[in-house]
Amino acid sequence: MVDYFYLITVLPLVGFLINGLFGAKIKNEKVSGIIGSLMVLGSFIITVMAYLHITSLPENSRTITIPLFNWITTGSLNISAAYLVDPLSVTMCLIITGVGFLIHIYSIGYMHGDKGFARFFAFLNLFLFAMLNLVLGDNMLLMFLGWEGVGLCSYLLIGFFYEKKFAGDAANKAFWVNRIGDFGFMIAMFFIFTSFGTLNFLGINTAIATAAVPVSMFTIITLMLFVGATGKSAQIPLYVWLPDAMAGPTPVSALIHAATMVTAGVYMIGRTSLLFAHAPITMEVVMIIGCLTAFMAATIAVAQNDIKKILAYSTVSQLGFMFMAMGAGAFSTGIFHVTTHAFFKALMFLGAGAVIHGMHDEQDVTKMGGLKNKMKITFLTFLMGGIAISGIPPFSGFFSKDEILAKLFFGGHYAVFGIAVLTAFMTAFYVWRLISLTFYGKPRYDESHVHPHESPALMTVPLIILAILSVVGGFIGIPHIIGPNLIEHWLEPVFAPALAILPEHHVVVSTEIGLIVTSVLVAVIAIIISLKMFKSGERLDAFSGGFYNLLRDKYRVDELYNKIIIAPLMWLTEIFYKILDVKIIDGAVNGTAKFFNSLSLDWRKLQTGIIQDYAVFSVAGIVAILLYILLR
Amino acid sequence: MELNFYLILALLLFTIGVIGVLTRRNAIVVFMCIELMLNSVNLVFVSFSSFLGNLNGQIFVFFIMTVAAAEAAVGLAIIIALYRNKSTINLDEINILKW
Repeated sequence: MVDYFYLITVLPLVGFLINGLFGAKIKNEKVSGIIGSLMVLGSFIITVMAYLHITSLPENSRTITIPLFNWITTGSLNISAAYLVDPLSVTMCLIITGVGFLIHIYSIGYMHGDKGFARFFAFLNLFLFAMLNLVLGDNMLLMFLGWEGVGLCSYLLIGFFYEKKFAGDAANKAFWVNRIGDFGFMIAMFFIFTSFGTLNFLGINTAIATAAVPVSMFTIITLMLFVGATGKSAQIPLYVWLPDAMAGPTPVSALIHAATMVTAGVYMIGRTSLLFAHAPITMEVVMIIGCLTAFMAATIAVAQNDIKKILAYSTVSQLGFMFMAMGAGAFSTGIFHVTTHAFFKALMFLGAGAVIHGMHDEQDVTKMGGLKNKMKITFLTFLMGGIAISGIPPFSGFFSKDEILAKLFFGGHYAVFGIAVLTAFMTAFYVWRLISLTFYGKPRYDESHVHPHESPALMTVPLIILAILSVVGGFIGIPHIIGPNLIEHWLEPVFAPALAILPEHHVVVSTEIGLIVTSVLVAVIAIIISLKMFKSGERLDAFSGGFYNLLRDKYRVDELYNKIIIAPLMWLTEIFYKILDVKIIDGAVNGTAKFFNSLSLDWRKLQTGIIQDYAVFSVAGIVAILLYILLR
Repeated sequence: MELNFYLILALLLFTIGVIGVLTRRNAIVVFMCIELMLNSVNLVFVSFSSFLGNLNGQIFVFFIMTVAAAEAAVGLAIIIALYRNKSTINLDEINILKW
């Protein structure tokens, strides 16, 4: 009866096949766009039905496995392609298909007139297919299929404008950096199989109880998984690809590089939370890496001028927050932040897309200004997103971010908490710098040439819907002291086994109120300072000097990686190329040819063409044989 | 001992034939030398036939002579065809059978 849930993934695949195979023949933007969007809408509707079905079940039996077919059967390895429908995967699917659908609609307007229109929708659909497989897969391998699939689609869509070199380079960079993470994921899979004998998530969870696996093994597995997560979810040290990924079209940045794919790492930790709960060291590492990433990315975002780069670093920073939550054992809070972040960051990216669209492909915020009257809807919706990410109640970002801070504080991670608060301050600061420079003040562009205009309804309606979600989305997870936390309760069956192992932290009501007040105050102060500094548009940068340059150059991490990783690698490649390839391999092949060639050059002269010469050989041969017989 | 003289004569004839085939440049002469070799073999057959008192060798010689007649006709025809195509029967100039 619930078998039709598999359509959640199949529909986008159908959309991909139609647009991918026949898109070039259809040559009709409306048809391509509508097919692409309808498939996602269908997927969303089925996800909603899955949600309703799950909620109708009793709380402790809300996990359904939908077997599709036997995938791999060899020896003791038995992997079936099956989907796991439970509160966690349904939540993610709702985000993916819901936000995905809005972004599809937006893309019809945004990509209008692009010659790769059908290709774009084909890739978007393929991405959703892969992402939904990642989320719904009931075993590590199916998740890995989706994991690789989203990486591929990310590559394809970052390099969508492949005629431009920087887009191709960015796509390659994203792909290579992700490969490192994927390698970690694979190692983790191997270890999981040897330790637990299965790759099935539910199977692993039951095997943990019986299998005598040392803590060190848990630590290795989870660290390797986390390496995978740092690649896909852009954490230190593998975050470098995400800012470059902004070379792709803006809807791609919104869907893949803000709302869905980059949260795959967070989801994966949530899915394997029981493994992580057994590895306290890894939890610590996850939290610290998340904290450092959040802080570092936020400082970089303060000094960027490209509107999409600011948002990209903001995404990296927010992902850091999610990992902080996961590392602190607040799994449902992390997923909650995934949800609210999907709303407001997708909104801000789409808003940025509308601004870029209206400004005729200008991305530099220092060359904008005063757009608030010319793009009213974009401005207002962007403002909602800005307030949400800054953490002003009752907007969605407030609830999730505040809960992360509270969980960190009550978990006793005071240092991490301190840095997180500082990061929250900077978040509000750079977001309002972005808003001020873009929308307030006087125009700093050439008004005789550039005429900013509001986007068509196809683009503004998704903005409005996302703005509404950004405003009210937080109410699914309001703090305990105010009311019931719906999302935590909803996700509880998934995370309960892991939470049972982790130490419980008691929440002190008065302290929590204090924390809420602190985080709101921090946000408000940051916003006020930011507005004071940038609202007039006379001042474009927060500060100047050497440190500012360092921030603007993103701590020169790319240069460092170039020096310590890429340069030695290129050097090694050069050696292999020049010695192993050119000299040894080519030498062996060409040498063989040369040897026989020179040999034949001499010997072919025997073939004079004169019959009598041949007869001489013949006679000589006979004479030789006779001599042999005689002298034997 | 009588046999040896015939055999030595046949050997000499054969060797002259071989040397002629290998050294002469005129196709006709080469052809004649081949006939010489053939006939030296005939001589050996006849000699042994007489020496052993067995007629087989002589019968063989008859066969060879018939075949040689046919072969001479074919060989001369080849030389004529060669001359028509190449305007020469100098074997040095007919050297296309090579790399």
